[in-house]
Amino acid sequence: MSLQVIKPGILSLLQDGGRFGHQGMGITTGGPVDSNAFYWANLLCENSRNSACIEVTTGGLRLASTVKTCLAVTGASVSLRINSKAVELWQSHSINPGDCIELGFASSGSRAYLAVAGGFLAEPVFDSVATVIRENLGGLSGDGSPLKTGDLLPCKSVEEPQLWRLPESLITDYSQNSAHLRVILGCQQEAFSEAQKQLFFSSEYRVSQYCDRMGYRLQGASITPAIESMLSEGICLGAVQFPADGQPIVLLNDRQTMGGYPKIGSVLSLDIGKLAQLTAGGAVHFKPISIDQAQTLLAEHKTQFDARSDALIKIDN
Amino acid sequence: MSTEKTIAIAGENALIVYFSDKPGAAVSTEIANTAKKLQTYLGATLIDLVPSYASLLVIFDPFKTDHHSVNRAICTAINASTKSAPAARTTSQSLVTLPVYYSSESGPDLHSVADNAELSVEEVVSLHQQGEYQVYAIGFAPGFAYLGEVDPRIATARLATPRQHVPRGSVAIADRQTAVYPSDSPGGWNLIGRCPTLMFNPQATPSMAVAVGDRVRFEAIDRATFIAMGGVL
Repeated sequence: MSLQVIKPGILSLLQDGGRFGHQGMGITTGGPVDSNAFYWANLLCENSRNSACIEVTTGGLRLASTVKTCLAVTGASVSLRINSKAVELWQSHSINPGDCIELGFASSGSRAYLAVAGGFLAEPVFDSVATVIRENLGGLSGDGSPLKTGDLLPCKSVEEPQLWRLPESLITDYSQNSAHLRVILGCQQEAFSEAQKQLFFSSEYRVSQYCDRMGYRLQGASITPAIESMLSEGICLGAVQFPADGQPIVLLNDRQTMGGYPKIGSVLSLDIGKLAQLTAGGAVHFKPISIDQAQTLLAEHKTQFDARSDALIKIDN
Repeated sequence: MSTEKTIAIAGENALIVYFSDKPGAAVSTEIANTAKKLQTYLGATLIDLVPSYASLLVIFDPFKTDHHSVNRAICTAINASTKSAPAARTTSQSLVTLPVYYSSESGPDLHSVADNAELSVEEVVSLHQQGEYQVYAIGFAPGFAYLGEVDPRIATARLATPRQHVPRGSVAIADRQTAVYPSDSPGGWNLIGRCPTLMFNPQATPSMAVAVGDRVRFEAIDRATFIAMGGVL
């Protein structure tokens, strides 16, 4: 029982919550760059929140089903068609053997998430099926390959799936192509003068064409920390680093585990998805927060998120 | 220790400990020992540890603990590992010997490294084998171990233009560092030979031939031995 890949589109990757506990071996985490959209896709299929989904960059994925189940697509505004009939994102849909599922290209946002009931059942590598192409790890066959035509994605059969939809108020709108990112100051922040910090936090940056799952390279006011050279050190998700040209790079899920550029701090995880949904030209503003504020925001988000699972609206079959 | 250790915030769920401003065998040992202690102290609240040249990144679960508690655990671990360092050094460090087929067929930059150093190829090979290297850090790619330091006479700057394709097992020099490429990848280091030992194997336990804090020696083998050990040219 599976969904077969008829067309993989631009870039479609199996992603679960990510690969943790192996960064000391140089193995990065991978995982969904928009964790919010990823979680909702899973919750709409009654999955645990870290079940394996397909992360579809830009769009163009086409699947054929050999199984009775349900699926949901969240994230970027792609068109979704089941047997050529247009259906809604942010809700689950019944699927029957023989059905054709087609995602168009994103009109806003850059990544959509397709979840299926029970998740896609690939063999984990280092405890995760998250696909990291650069490391040749994860995905359907464990070697980091993106999905390709003919791949059979194993999933379970669900006879009478319960369908759900997300209330309008909770659906993320990506159409502005701009993001406000909260940054926890840290690492080499003392090497940035007050004037440099002020410049950074008051400037508007634009997403350059160099933006992928490894990192988003931005363009705007040039920032120069007073630091000549440093030893390479471990890097966490969302780290904002400045190479010699002074243009910030925000490091995402497929980042290298170590790096030697000075960092002003790290973007709050709750804001990473907003950045990762931007396309080239998108506007970015940064705002400093403390680690204690971050901890409060995370706790609040968790409480809201746990309650939001009850906010899903049942669809009568 | 020459300098004082500091603990800095790295992110919403990460602290970074700076042990020194320069790397060295004693620093690496202390980082490895502190990392081991933290695994015990932090248990399920720990997500990951990333040791590097002179620092240790500690990533924790912000829903199970907070940075104040982790900061305290780090201080305790540093104190404990400083005290127990002499004993731990003998138990936690291993010496790994890696065979290398040095030749221009397996190391296309061997001659340019020799020319640059104004040494013969034989002298370069001999100097590379004489060193006992410390694993300072693992990063860049899964299983890529940064080893230091090579004899200053064979230190060689990175290539001006990195290669698109460096074969797995390539033994390389960049400045005073040396490494074995764990998999085929792009790379800008100077290639002087090839090692048949798999540095990274996801199917094996442990997956890596070396760990941070280990010491490494290189030992020359001939072409036939290289092939017999599974090496590919």
